[in-house]
Amino acid sequence: MSDHPGGMDSLPTPEIRRRSRWSLSLIWLVPVIAAAAGLILAVRTYLEAGPTITISFETGEGLEAGKTEMRYKNVVVGTVKRIVLSEDHSKVLVKVALEQEGADVAMADSRFWVERPRFGLSGVSGIGTLISGAYIGVDIGSSKEKKRNFTGLEKPPGVTHDMKGRRFVLHTADSSSLAAGSPLYFRRIAVGEVVASELDADGKDVTVQVFVDAPYDRFVTKNTHFWNASGIDVALNASGLKVNTQSLATVIAGGVAFQPLDDTDPGASADENTEFHLYPDKGSALAPPDGESRRITMRFTQPVRGLSVGAPVDFEGITIGSVTSILLNYDPTTQNFYTDVQAEIFPDRMGPAVKEMLAQDKKGGKGFGEMWRVSVERGLRAELSSASLITGQMYVGLDFIPHSKPVQFDPDGDPLVMPTASGGMQQLQQQLQDIVSKLDQVPFDELGRNLNSTLKSASSLLHELDTEVAPEAKKTLKSAEQALDALSAGVTSPDSPLQQNLGHTLKGLDNAAASLRALANYLEQHPESLLRGKSNQEPGANSGTDAGANATVAPTPVPAAAPENKP
Amino acid sequence: VTATELGLLGCHGCGLTLRRGPGSYCPRCGMTLHQRKPDSLRRSWALVIAAVILYLPANLLPVMYTTELFDTESNTILSGVEELWKNGQWDLAVIVFVASICVPILKLAVLALLLFTIRARSGWRLYERARLYRMVEFIGRWSMLDVFVVALLLSLVQFDMLANVRAGPGIVPFCAVVILTMLASKSFDPRLLWDAAAEEHKP
Repeated sequence: MSDHPGGMDSLPTPEIRRRSRWSLSLIWLVPVIAAAAGLILAVRTYLEAGPTITISFETGEGLEAGKTEMRYKNVVVGTVKRIVLSEDHSKVLVKVALEQEGADVAMADSRFWVERPRFGLSGVSGIGTLISGAYIGVDIGSSKEKKRNFTGLEKPPGVTHDMKGRRFVLHTADSSSLAAGSPLYFRRIAVGEVVASELDADGKDVTVQVFVDAPYDRFVTKNTHFWNASGIDVALNASGLKVNTQSLATVIAGGVAFQPLDDTDPGASADENTEFHLYPDKGSALAPPDGESRRITMRFTQPVRGLSVGAPVDFEGITIGSVTSILLNYDPTTQNFYTDVQAEIFPDRMGPAVKEMLAQDKKGGKGFGEMWRVSVERGLRAELSSASLITGQMYVGLDFIPHSKPVQFDPDGDPLVMPTASGGMQQLQQQLQDIVSKLDQVPFDELGRNLNSTLKSASSLLHELDTEVAPEAKKTLKSAEQALDALSAGVTSPDSPLQQNLGHTLKGLDNAAASLRALANYLEQHPESLLRGKSNQEPGANSGTDAGANATVAPTPVPAAAPENKP
Repeated sequence: VTATELGLLGCHGCGLTLRRGPGSYCPRCGMTLHQRKPDSLRRSWALVIAAVILYLPANLLPVMYTTELFDTESNTILSGVEELWKNGQWDLAVIVFVASICVPILKLAVLALLLFTIRARSGWRLYERARLYRMVEFIGRWSMLDVFVVALLLSLVQFDMLANVRAGPGIVPFCAVVILTMLASKSFDPRLLWDAAAEEHKP
């Protein structure tokens, strides 16, 4: 500094103060803190942002990228980030960024659906979403495995994983009106619902999954039978009309009911996912087990009007099966139509009878067919009988018909060919027809005509009678009446000659009687007079015998009055 | 000729002209004396780096949550601009875009450029660079616009369920970026530009 011009030397120099210079390096703390803050923010954002999952839906209705939330129990666990179409445009792929706390919703068996307002038979749901907009609902699965791609449900599931209870699998040939959400009843109390109803891979059966809520799930036992309680069960039988339904909801939405086959012995609780058969109705569900079935076929030459598939097959009045098919056939040799009726029968329904018969037969070792053969030999025939005269419904009756013609029977056939007979009703019908045809031959027309002419002549005759005979008869009657009047006047008037003559005669008779009485008194006092005569002449000794002679003689004085008696 | 070349030193507090010596305090007013802003380059570098780091979260994180009825929207600065543009308020969009996105980037870029050229002892376009620095200092305050908007809305729009505005996590780093760039430009000594250029030519 001494190099500088002298004028500068007079300038003061800065003061020296001790000062630590370490603070200068503190400035580097700023970027370090910034980096740390940035890092913390980044890490936090990364941690908060859970995984992103992709869910495919049929439609993106109500979904909005950046706004639509995913909620579990109404707690937000994620947000829709993007909505794109799948490559083939058939689906909507929704990418959802999950929150860290919600990361564990994406389990392998988790299910997702879009919660929208829904109006259904079983009620209204999702009203809140009318205002807040749709959101994606989630049902967290119980699996431990994580997954990133899901197929969303189009409808909210009826049963979620957090519900306590058990699932069961039902198999049926016809799910009727069952669908997810149909109620499940146990003694008419709703205890669960149908979770899914889908066709099996082969398309032949329907598998119905049901969920029974705890604590009712323990009532599902190994002996439980499930049946389809959809619709109304209307039964018209001897006891009258019976309408049966579980609830109004089942009429519309369908439903399933279950009950142990035997209430006294329900058995042990069934395990989760136990498979059951779904019976079509309560009657068949609670019927004793049918055992194995046999097919029989019957050939009817008479019309099978009134017989339908499903019509019962009776054996001695017990329903042991049902008709499975009715096929009209043609026999070219006889040029006749005939009908082959196939039926399925359950020998076990014959109860102890079949056991007894089989037990008998075991010795012969021929089995069921042989049993039938014996019966057929004894006259067992299939015949069509009328179940109801009003509806004309027919059923197949297996009955013993005495004096039926013997037929060949193959006990090993499958189906067994049952010989047939024209049934009672059929016979009756035949007879009625005969009568009708005979009646038909009566010439009613002619009869009618004849009758008509006869009636006509009768009518003219009557007319004649009326106009000609009747006045004559009237006259005749009148004259007869006059005659009678005259007669009555002649006889009954006091001064008629007949009356007077009669009076005289009676008087004379009276006199005669008085003289006879005097005679009798006299004779009583003087019996001798009969022999000696009156006072001067004595009657004779033969008084007894001569009394009568005298008596007859006595009236001799009477002739004096005799002229009076003459009219 | 610069004061440094003459071995002279001016006090910033009282204007006293001093000869350069071992001391560093003004004998008249006691103020700290420095020929150039102390540690200017290092401070500027540190602040610029910190600002660049924080620039990322500032733009990536939402700065504001707006809730209307049941509909919650989160906006980053860029999405806010986008929304304004879509709604037809392109004038506002341009203002916010310039103030909140262009200005911080420009500041950081210019400061980085200046620091690099000093480091390279470059004499390239010294005058223009000096002008750039002045511009950066001038426009620096404008980038606080966004922060003010958020602060204003936050206090004004509070209708509970109907409408609600909340600050997002991005506003803090954004604010930090603005402050750090202001500090960086403050700690930068433009005279170093000329010093560096002079040094380059000396040997």
